Amino acid sequence: MTKSELIARLAEKNPHLYQRDVERIVTTIFEEITSALAHGDRVELRGFGAFSVKRREARVGRNPRTGESVSVEEKYIPFFKTGKQLRERLNG
Amino acid sequence: MALGTVTRAELGEAVYQEVGLSRNESAELLELVLNEIAGALENGETVKISSFGSFSVRRKGRRIGRNPKTGEEVPILPRRVLVFRPSQVLKAHINEALGRAEGGSATRTG
Repeated sequence: MTKSELIARLAEKNPHLYQRDVERIVTTIFEEITSALAHGDRVELRGFGAFSVKRREARVGRNPRTGESVSVEEKYIPFFKTGKQLRERLNG
Repeated sequence: MALGTVTRAELGEAVYQEVGLSRNESAELLELVLNEIAGALENGETVKISSFGSFSVRRKGRRIGRNPKTGEEVPILPRRVLVFRPSQVLKAHINEALGRAEGGSATRTG
């Protein structure tokens, strides 16, 4: 399911809403999560899961093709931990 | 790095500010969106949100685990787990913002 399919499914189930509004709602939700993470904040959606940012230290890596060592700078990785309820739903 | 936590309340408020719905409806819509995503995942679908990331379901086989406290062996049953893969856009956005905040450079390597 892509974002546009998600919007279409929601619009179909909620005929009282304009598709345009559903689109703005979905976009807003993901934009808000993105900007929270860009501030270093966590986003916790109880039952669904939590998004957070993990810091990876700078390290010396290796080009796997040439074996040459390269320095890899410190970086941040977005991380998602599945909520308990969703995990149970997947295994129901 | 700020260490606040954003919850449903803030996301619902953002939806409320963006669309001409009541606060209650905005909160409900947020729930419907999350539930639609969860439902698709439950059906084994992959959910791809462009410029954010994709959620997919992976099947894990049975394996033998160990209770870390007692050292006792326990079987871990086959199960389905959710995997989130952030998009390049999301990763770049976060690194740019947080790298700048710390005064470090956020140049990409590799």
